[in-house]
Amino acid sequence: MGHESSVPLFWRLIKPRYQLIGTKCTSCGNVFYPPKFLCPVCRKEGKLEEIKLRKTGKILTFSIIRSAPAGFEKETPYPVAIIELDDGPKLTSQIVDYKEEDLKIGRRVEACFRRIYTDGKEGIINYGLKFRPA
Amino acid sequence: MIGIVGYGGYIPRFRIKVEEIASVWNADAKAIKSGLNIEEKSVPSMDEDTATIAVEAALNALKMAEIDPKEIGAIYVGSESHPYAVKPTATIVGEAIGCGAEFTAADTEFACKAGTAGIQMVMGLIEGGYIKFGLAIGSDTAQSKPGDALEYTASAGGAAFILGKNNVIGEIEGTFSFSSDTPDFWRRDGIEYPSHGGRFTGIPAYFKHVVSATQGLMKKLGLKSSDFDHVVFHMPNGKFPINAAKMLGFDLEKLKAGFVVSKIGNTYSASSLLGLAAILDVAKPGQRILITSYGSGAGSDAFSIKVTDLVEEKRKKTKKIQDYIDDKEYVTYAHYTRLRRGI
Ligand SMILES: [Zn+2]
Repeated sequence: MGHESSVPLFWRLIKPRYQLIGTKCTSCGNVFYPPKFLCPVCRKEGKLEEIKLRKTGKILTFSIIRSAPAGFEKETPYPVAIIELDDGPKLTSQIVDYKEEDLKIGRRVEACFRRIYTDGKEGIINYGLKFRPA
Repeated sequence: MIGIVGYGGYIPRFRIKVEEIASVWNADAKAIKSGLNIEEKSVPSMDEDTATIAVEAALNALKMAEIDPKEIGAIYVGSESHPYAVKPTATIVGEAIGCGAEFTAADTEFACKAGTAGIQMVMGLIEGGYIKFGLAIGSDTAQSKPGDALEYTASAGGAAFILGKNNVIGEIEGTFSFSSDTPDFWRRDGIEYPSHGGRFTGIPAYFKHVVSATQGLMKKLGLKSSDFDHVVFHMPNGKFPINAAKMLGFDLEKLKAGFVVSKIGNTYSASSLLGLAAILDVAKPGQRILITSYGSGAGSDAFSIKVTDLVEEKRKKTKKIQDYIDDKEYVTYAHYTRLRRGI
């Protein structure tokens, strides 16, 4: 069964994915999402601790996906954006609940909890955060 | 006294009008609208389900409660559309709102009253001293067979209530339930859409249970209909709750604040709870609220809630039910069909 292989990975990512939990380096103050466990600046000198990131940010750039990867075909066309969180890190996310005029650089967005993809009819439902206009 | 520490709702943005559905089936939209007293219903997006709606409602409740989510000792999610047949919705909610791992959780099922059953379970755990705070949610993405009468009303939404003993915005003065084995609406395991007993759903089912639970509660607490400022009954359509209010002798004005059904449809497990949330959004300190749920199969839970002074300050912290009702986008039947299939 194909879906079994992805279950452990899915499970490890639940907390950062559901709650937008990243890490912060206590020596240089850099914030990472997805969480990093070694600071690329301070290396061994830095200590990383978990931080709950604010669920707000803005669109840096976006594009409309018309030809989607497997598992996302039903949703096309849909926008995907690079979002800069108010706490610093950048991430890529689907934009939902938007009107056409919301798709612009600098638009304020906030995270919402949605289905990301489902593993066929029998597999796990992957939940996580997407972003909507704030 | 046990009460509501925070509450929150969530309604998906998409709406479909009765006219749009009726035109596909060559039905008389005008007759349906006046028969059901419904204008439009909410439709979930492709990536929304009972769990995502429950999470959004719970996060809103948490914003109002302003408590550490790790202090929540119990989570119950009531629904008739849990995303998994086996695997709880309640643990998805617990993880998404940051409750840690030290809490008890379960999903409840009782058609449209599974959410209020969760409230009663939380009340018992708090009263017994087992937990400090508990979270009860009613959330649904109701399915209906294309062309069935239910298609005009079956909608999606959620409402979450965090209960505790301190800093409450509404004290729960008491609860009373009335249950019986009445086959008015059901869905067998593995079958996609529910079946229902047509006209049978009225007198022996909805009205008997709603009226009996409400009367039982009033008798138990020594209250009469004039002692309540706002009332909300389960809203399977826009007619039944009005008739129930008449049978129980309530001034129909008292239904107004919680009467969300005409604009969003029947949100099943969330229906009476979204009505309660809408009432709490506008109620004045000192007012008394009656809420009576109804679940097919069949049963009703009634509650009396006395609003406290804290309501005015605390409700500012969360999005109001009316905000969700107003924020909408209409879809065509073709778009609706595509959304319903989900991802
Ligand atoms: Zn560093």
